[in-house]
Amino acid sequence: MSIPKPTLTALAALAVGLGGLSVAMIFFVAPVDSDQGLTQKIFYVHVPIALTAYAGFGLGAWKALRLLMTREERYDLESYTGVHQGTIFGVLTLVTGAIWAKASWGVWWTWSSDQLVLFLVLFLFYCAYFMLRFSIEPGPRRERISAVYALFGVALIPVSFFAIRLANDFIHPTVFTREGPQMTGVMFAAFCVSWVAISLVAYVMYRAELAGKRTDANLRELREALAS
Amino acid sequence: MSSGEKYVAAAYGVFLVVILLWAAILAAKLSRLERETGELAVLARSRPTAAGPGDG
Repeated sequence: MSIPKPTLTALAALAVGLGGLSVAMIFFVAPVDSDQGLTQKIFYVHVPIALTAYAGFGLGAWKALRLLMTREERYDLESYTGVHQGTIFGVLTLVTGAIWAKASWGVWWTWSSDQLVLFLVLFLFYCAYFMLRFSIEPGPRRERISAVYALFGVALIPVSFFAIRLANDFIHPTVFTREGPQMTGVMFAAFCVSWVAISLVAYVMYRAELAGKRTDANLRELREALAS
Repeated sequence: MSSGEKYVAAAYGVFLVVILLWAAILAAKLSRLERETGELAVLARSRPTAAGPGDG
């Protein structure tokens, strides 16, 4: 017996509800950080967005691997949608990060932070995915080349994620260490709720976008069949 | 509004605006697909039906 998938509307409603709860927890329950003050509240939106961007790129790579293993056409659209998700959340990571940097360090961007530069490299790598994809005629060749490219990019994810731990980066803060999260329990709870809410928003957008792309592809085929 | 409050509002505002814009683009795409489906249905109905093996 298969478990029925929850409808997109129910998931979207849940995402909105969790979003409201996370805003309430961030601004009315979680204490103001003694070091950074109010600007630390950006952490609750910036970090979950960055993690969602990594998840989007990771999903794109996983679906690309599935395509290369099975040659099933559907994985191409799923991989493309995953990379698209990662790119949108990547833009949001860079913008919210720049706002936080300006508030905390007084600059919008600094090239001396490995974490920032490596994330930018990862983001630009996946931006080039779209240039590559749309420079090739649709078909199995495009699917395979796009999949190989998406798969190569996944190697940059752990490098970007662990860069701050591998290098002695004193500019970008490290909140999650081997000893656990460096924050109070209430702050961590607010972060987790925000993370779940943003992940759910991303999942809803992924499914909606994928459904749109699949319908678009089916309509194109139908139009061609009717025209012949 | 203090400087810190402005930055916090900007970060959360950017996220909200991008998500709403994204949802609006998806909604626009959905209405285009709906229109195209209707056009294809009209086209399919206007085509002469293929004759079966026993016809004529």
